[in-house]
This record gives sequence, C-alpha cells and structure tokens, in this order.
Amino acid sequence: MSETTQAPLTTEEIVVNLGPQHPSTHGVMHFVVTIDGETIRECVPHIGYLHSSLEKIAETLRYEQFITNTDRFDYLNGLGNELCYVQAVERLLGIEPPPRTVFIRTLMAELKRISSHLVYLGCYGNDIGAMTVFLHAFREREPLMDMFEAVTGGRLLYNYLRIGGLRNDLPTGFTDQLHRFLDYLPRRLEEMNDLLTSNRIFIARTRGIGILTARQALSFGVTGPTLRGCGVPYDLRKLRPYAAYDQVEFDVPSFPEGDCLARHLVRMEEMNQSMRIIRQLMEKMPEGEIQADVPRRIKPEAGEVYERVESPRGELGCYLLSDGGAKPYRMHWRGPSFYNLQALPVMVRGGLLADFIATLGSLDPIAPDIDR
Amino acid sequence: MASTLVKTILDVIHNWAEGLAQQWGIPHLFVSIAAWIAAFVFVIVLVLLMVLLAVYLERKVSGAIQSRLGPMRVGPIGLFQTPMDALKILTKEDIVPRDADKILHTAGPVIFFVTAVIGYVVIPWDRAAIAAQVVDLNIGVLFVIAVSSIGVLGIMAGGWGSNNKYALLGAMRAVAQMVSYEVALLLAIVCVVMQTGSLSLAGITADQGGSLLQWNLLRWWMWPALLLYIIASIGESKRIPFDIPEAESELVAGYHTEYSGMKFGFFFLGEYAHLFIIAVTGAILFLGGWHSPLPATMADPIPGFIWLMGKALAVILIMMWIRWTLPRLRVDQLMNFAWKGLVPLGFVAIAVTGLAIGLGLAGGGG
Repeated sequence: MSETTQAPLTTEEIVVNLGPQHPSTHGVMHFVVTIDGETIRECVPHIGYLHSSLEKIAETLRYEQFITNTDRFDYLNGLGNELCYVQAVERLLGIEPPPRTVFIRTLMAELKRISSHLVYLGCYGNDIGAMTVFLHAFREREPLMDMFEAVTGGRLLYNYLRIGGLRNDLPTGFTDQLHRFLDYLPRRLEEMNDLLTSNRIFIARTRGIGILTARQALSFGVTGPTLRGCGVPYDLRKLRPYAAYDQVEFDVPSFPEGDCLARHLVRMEEMNQSMRIIRQLMEKMPEGEIQADVPRRIKPEAGEVYERVESPRGELGCYLLSDGGAKPYRMHWRGPSFYNLQALPVMVRGGLLADFIATLGSLDPIAPDIDR
Repeated sequence: MASTLVKTILDVIHNWAEGLAQQWGIPHLFVSIAAWIAAFVFVIVLVLLMVLLAVYLERKVSGAIQSRLGPMRVGPIGLFQTPMDALKILTKEDIVPRDADKILHTAGPVIFFVTAVIGYVVIPWDRAAIAAQVVDLNIGVLFVIAVSSIGVLGIMAGGWGSNNKYALLGAMRAVAQMVSYEVALLLAIVCVVMQTGSLSLAGITADQGGSLLQWNLLRWWMWPALLLYIIASIGESKRIPFDIPEAESELVAGYHTEYSGMKFGFFFLGEYAHLFIIAVTGAILFLGGWHSPLPATMADPIPGFIWLMGKALAVILIMMWIRWTLPRLRVDQLMNFAWKGLVPLGFVAIAVTGLAIGLGLAGGGG
C-alpha cells in the first residue's frame, strides 16, 4: 500500500454568473449567484447595463419633446409612461385635458396593461419550461398591437399623447376592432388557465416559491402585482384615482400567499379587470374635443411636481423640477422594476437554482425600467 | 419486399465482397469483417435517416401545437430543412474552450452518439427475424438499455471536460436523472419479460404474434407497466417535463453549452437516436413489434418494417405532444417523482403481472 495521504472530500460553493447574456434574464440583467450544489446561498443583482441617461437628456429637451423618450424605458408600457409624464407636465402648467382625451388615455393605458401582462404570461411560461404558452400569448397580443398601430401608427413606440391632449382621435372602425378583441380574449385566457395555471407541474413549481412577506415587500418599496401578491391591495388607480379611473368600477385582486403563484394569479385576474374597465370606458366615452388650450411656448412657472401612476409593474413616478424655462431643470423617474428587483435576493435565498428563474420571472422586470 | 430489404442489401454487399475475395485470393476472414462493417454502415444510415425524420417531425409537431408552420422554405413543406441543417453543422468551426480537458471534451459526444446507435443492432425490424436483424442477442432488451445507459458517461465527460459551470451542473443533473429513470424503465421491462418469457427482442415480438389481442397493449395486466414505460422513457430521453439537464432558462444548454460544430451535432443526433430507439423498443415491448394489427387471415400488403416504424412514430408523437404542452419539473421534484412515484409503481406493475400469471391469464414465461 502506498503512503498517500488522502484529503477528506470537501464540497465548495461555486459562483455562477446568470447574465448579462442568459436565456432567462428578461433583457440585459446580471446576477451573481453563489450556489452550494443547487441551493442558492447568495444572489447579487448587478444593474446598469441599460443605463442611457434619459433623465439627463431630458434637461436638454423642451417639455413637449421628451414625450417620445418616455416610450423607451419600460417598453411594454409605452402609453402608460406617456400618461405619467403628460399628467406631470399638465399639473405643472395647471392644464385640464378635455374629458374625451382623459377617457382615451385611460383606455390606452389599460390596453397596454393587458398587453404587458400577456408578455409576462408568455415569458413566464417559457421560464418554467412551457414553451407553447409563449407563442400563444404573443398570438393573443397581436390584435392589441394592431389596435395600437391603428390608433397611434406605432406598435411599440407611440408618441401619441400630447400635453393637454392627444395627437389624433380614435380612428373609424376602432370600436369594432376593440369589441372583437374583448369577445375573443376571455376565451383565450381561459385556455391559458387550462394549459398553464391549473397544471399540476406549474403549481408545484410556483406554490410556496420565492415567498415575500407583506412587511418585507413594504420595506423594499415593492409595488404592483408583486405587492398585491403579498396580500396588500395597494393600487394607485383605486387609492388615488387619476385620469378616468374614478368613473369606472373595478376590483383590485390580491392574494395573501406572497409566492410566485399568487403574483401570477394577480396578473391573470388583472387582465379580466382591465377588460371590465375598458368596457365601461367605451360605454361612457364622451364626445368632444381632444386638445385643451395650451400655450404655444410651454414654460411652466418655477416649481416641482411628482406624478405617479399604476404601471403593469407597480408604481411609476415622475418627478419634475421647473426653473421657469422651456426645459425641465431636473427630471427623475421612479421605475417599479428597480424597487421590485431589490427584493429578489431575499426571495431566492435558500431556494434552488430553478426557483431563482421562477422567482425572477414572477417579478416581471423590464431591464430599461431598472436603469433608464 | 421490404421484409427482405435488409437481407437483400446485406446479401448484395456480401456476395460482391465474396466475389472480389475469390478473384483476388483474400482470406474469408476479411470478407466476414467487411460484411460486419457493411452491417454497421447500414445501421448508421438507418439511424441517421430516422433521426432526420424525428427532428423534422419535432419541428412540424411543435409548429402545429404552437399555431405556426414550422420549416416551410427548404424543399417541399420544408422537408430538406433538417438535412441542410445537418450539412451546415458540418461546416461550422469546432471550438474547444481554452481550459477544457481536450480529450474528455472530444470523447463526450463520441461516446454519447456511439452508445445511442449501437442499440439498433438488436432491433428485429421485420418478420424474417434473422435477416432483418443485424444480430439476435438472447438478452436483446437488456443490451439496448445497457448500452444506452453508457451514454451517461459521454454526458459526464462532456460536461466535466467543458470546464463550464452550466455544463457541469447539467451533467450532474443528467447523470442523477438517467440513473434514476433507468431503474423505473427496467422495472417496466421486467413485467414484459415476465409476460413473454424472453429477453430477446425477437422473442418478445414473437410472443405478441397471432392477433391484435396478443399485444401487450391490450393485456390489461400490462397497463401499469405501459404507463411506467411511457413516463420513464420520457425521463430517460431527457425531454420536457423532465428536461432539467438542459433546462434552457436555467442552464443555457446544459452539458452541451460549450459545444459547437459537429461535436454538438453528435450530441444532437445522439439525443434523437436515443429517442428513436426508446420508441422502437416501446413499440416492440407493448405494440407487437412488426406484427400487423390486421387479423392473420387477411392479406397484409404493408411490410412489417413499415408497421414497426409507424408504431415507433406513434410513440414519438405522444412524447412530442407531452413535450410541447407541459412545463418543466424542478430537479428535486424530478428525483422524488422517480423514487417515490415510479419505482413503487414498478413494484405494483410487477405484482399485477405476477398475479395475472399466477391466475393463469398471462403467458407466465412461456
């Protein structure tokens, strides 16, 4: 026998870089994950890959010029971002948009919410391994894209809202298009629920995974479906109604479990509520002008304003500071994905690598909404 | 007809070689070796054709399920897409990571592909049992499972030799999974062996001859084994819902993350070759092999070769249907399912089969 001394077998933790190029990161994100076998010990999100200085650029653009840039961050909620920005400027100027404009803006924001949640649904299915859901969800989104194209001329980047108004009214035939879609989507959502939500494997992969307590969520500043999935029915559309949300009835779905399944169910139900809102808006849609009287040179008086709306991902805030000039002195955005992402390390610690993917997907982060 | 297709091809080659040998005075031994090589080439060609067909089907079936067309551009209804892709992959650069273990990195795909292909030599393709089978081993079914489980070594070599964390994780998952699901697969096969009394694939096929009612599919005491075989074979071929070794959203491409060119091609082809042999074996074990479902009294214009292929394709279609419908299990759920779900089911299946044999319903080992 040889006299070799054998070191005892040891295991060591390894560091895996998920991203910046990785199939599961929604956009350019980077997570440094320390794993012990398959168990996650630590997760550090690295952000900044999509930083594009939009807030600084805003200081060089006149108020009305920046609208087109708001489409660029959180690209799944372009019209919602425009709504937030335009409302902020209008409050700064003290302008009241005409009622028809307010209704159309609300309608567009809700259509955008459905579209964004459909993208979430598809991507989440893909994250969990159900690849067919991805294509089906994108197929259901296609009529929505057609509608946006008919109304605004663009499919992703719209530049549709104006300060005190809209670029154009709804086109002829839009009502039929919308009603066809509203008749079509509920059946499809039911099909999706049959295919994915009620699937035993899906439930096994999401129930009790990535748990965030309500207290943790509030301390991280988490908002949107992620917060409502923790049992906190916090929705700006209800609590501080803006646009036309005070004239429609809807429920705020909320589930107390705080896991991936709860967040998923919140989004599925929100699509139904959005359809309910859209039906009421179409019924009550007033006739009339779409443009308020706005000074030719937009020069708000010195002052500041913070406007917030409920984006599909949570509370989207726009802070504007005016020094009385034609350009904002300072602009800041509160992107919901940034705050939601901060809670990720708490949610995934101790879980398996596969749970990390499920949890990240359930936060529905948008990379340029984190950095911009 | 096709029943003698294999025989004809082999005979032609054999006669031609023997003629040459006599002319040139070459010893008979070389002729035998040449015949064996010809047989091997035949198997490879057959496997590659099957693989191309399976890949094409996969694309078309997934397209149909996902409401899109699948490949349509190259050739009529995209039939040449897969051969073109295979050609393309041959021209790709073969990249070996700088710090990879070069020997293991090369050995991985070779082991994986070869072990996936070797199993085909014992498949009885048609009724002329000797000629339509390259070799009739008396432990044929064991041989198929044994060689395909050696493929795990190829995966481990590739995953370890790549010096990549995703590849390593994927390889570890693959080994754990394949070893676990093989146990369940073997338990299902034990039931069939108890029923038919033979380990030879030709023998198992012969036991199911005569009429449709003789198929193991229609013997109710075989149903637990059938269910077990379907589930375990999906797990064994690493497809959704059991595709954790290459879970795309988690591990990029799992154990073949660091492969390109034909080395990747070998993994890819090997996977489908493996899939096809599992399907063919399933068709032999439960669907009567090359036997026609028509009553024996009726003239059967379709050769047994085609029947077996059709049955294997039916099995593959079921596996594809499942793949494109279900989400993916997590690694611990997968192992729990294998050891706490499938293995007990295997014992139940064996008990049921044994009971049926005891009651005189079943063949009881011939």
